[in-house]
Amino acid sequence: MILTNTTNYFAQFVSYMSEHMGLGGQILAYVVIAALYLAFFAVAGLLLVYIERRVAAFFQLRLGPNRVGPWGLLQTIADALKLVSKEIFGTNRKDNLLYHTAYYLVIVASLVALSVIPFGKGIQAYDLNIGIFFISAISSVGVLSIIFGGWGSNNKYSLIGGMRSGLQMISYELSSGLAILTIILMAGTLRMSGIVEAQQGTWFIIKGHIPALIAFIIFVIAGTAESNRTPFDLPEGEAELGAGYHSEYSGMGFAYFFLAEFINMFIISAVAVTLFFGGWLAPFHLTDSLAWQPLWGVIWFFLKVSVMIFFMMWFRWTFPRLRIDQLLTLEWKYLLPIGLLNIILMAVVVYFNLLVRF
Amino acid sequence: MFYILSAIIIIFAILSVTSNKLYRATMYLLFVLVAVSGLYFMMEYDFMGAVQLSVYAGGIMVLFIYAVMMTDNIGKPMRNISWKRKILPFIIAIGTAGLAIYAIFSYQGISQTHEATVTNVEQVGEKLLSYKAGGYVLPFEVISILLLAVMIAAIVIAKAKKLVNSEKN
Repeated sequence: MILTNTTNYFAQFVSYMSEHMGLGGQILAYVVIAALYLAFFAVAGLLLVYIERRVAAFFQLRLGPNRVGPWGLLQTIADALKLVSKEIFGTNRKDNLLYHTAYYLVIVASLVALSVIPFGKGIQAYDLNIGIFFISAISSVGVLSIIFGGWGSNNKYSLIGGMRSGLQMISYELSSGLAILTIILMAGTLRMSGIVEAQQGTWFIIKGHIPALIAFIIFVIAGTAESNRTPFDLPEGEAELGAGYHSEYSGMGFAYFFLAEFINMFIISAVAVTLFFGGWLAPFHLTDSLAWQPLWGVIWFFLKVSVMIFFMMWFRWTFPRLRIDQLLTLEWKYLLPIGLLNIILMAVVVYFNLLVRF
Repeated sequence: MFYILSAIIIIFAILSVTSNKLYRATMYLLFVLVAVSGLYFMMEYDFMGAVQLSVYAGGIMVLFIYAVMMTDNIGKPMRNISWKRKILPFIIAIGTAGLAIYAIFSYQGISQTHEATVTNVEQVGEKLLSYKAGGYVLPFEVISILLLAVMIAAIVIAKAKKLVNSEKN
């Protein structure tokens, strides 16, 4: 199922295993890859929660978690252990099936989106030829799980939170899609690895100058809204709605929603890095002559992603929350028209070859 | 793989029809649609799979959910329908399924080892906008105009109240 026209390490692993051990080996290889992604999911989620708390403390002149383990690194693991040991406890008349499938759905949606992100050259589980479109398609399925969770809890605050989340994510998907399209005009491909390869000379944010910059700003705003983070965290506006769609969840049910939210932030940052900042490519070809190319790619990718994540956390602790009508006005009256005009501008730029090249 | 996906589709399709809670029925329908997109991915027709995911599993399902919210008594299980009223739909469903299966089995034209072709987005886009023979530019433009008309109509309907009020003043 994995396309093998470029050297893909996961595909090579699968074919190696199936050559030596037959069908069983192939299935084993798939299981190993899935386990790798799950492990990455858990570790990245826990680390991001820790980083979020440290960054929040940094912006508020506090220290943040610093007692458990070195620099407080084990704090989130302790929290996770506590959550695992807790009972999942909901309202009396909840819709049991919807209530319990919702958090699995949200995890599955973000895991599947993770599988098409290129972490380095050839380090990508599934190199679809429509990768970027696939990510936006999957994120629209993620919305449903939040709505189901909000409904299944049988709590009006959860329901309102879920509905708000649906409204917000559907609206902002348009803008993020338009921003992605603007970059696709330059890249000429929807394949994630192809988009990165197209930036071999110059990164798209420099190559596409003004329209790319506008697209980047739109994408970051829409991405922040899609991952339900402040200033767009109306679905869980704690002043009005308790904790929004997950107020009736406890224990791991809550933890799954929480982890998925952080992984969605990671995915948005990773997509932004892939689209605008050259993915795994080193700036100014710094490390191109060194050995261990894939490893360097992964290092650069994670460096860029962590900078992007820092920016998103910075937003969270800087801007106040929007009201629901302001949120919709921002999307439908400002971002969407700007995005549409931006596509035309980018088309003109690409057609007359006004791109910046070094 | 095909059998697993088909089993998922059939089981959840039956569940979504027979479930007496509307909200659960929509969730089963979501699983059916996702499994259908899985079939497209299995055939390596990635574009169609992603379209299925974003249009049906994403767009249409949200529409369904909001539509279901408009109905009354969504929280309570629906009342049971007497078996007499179930017979006709049952016959129609079985008949349609039988007709489809009969049509598939009586058609001999497909060679079973068809050469695998990967349709990519470039080909889809070029066909969609080509005005040569076999191009789809006319339907494409007609649908665009239709969508534009629908959008304008929606705005007019949404604004009608406001316009009437401003005329009164």
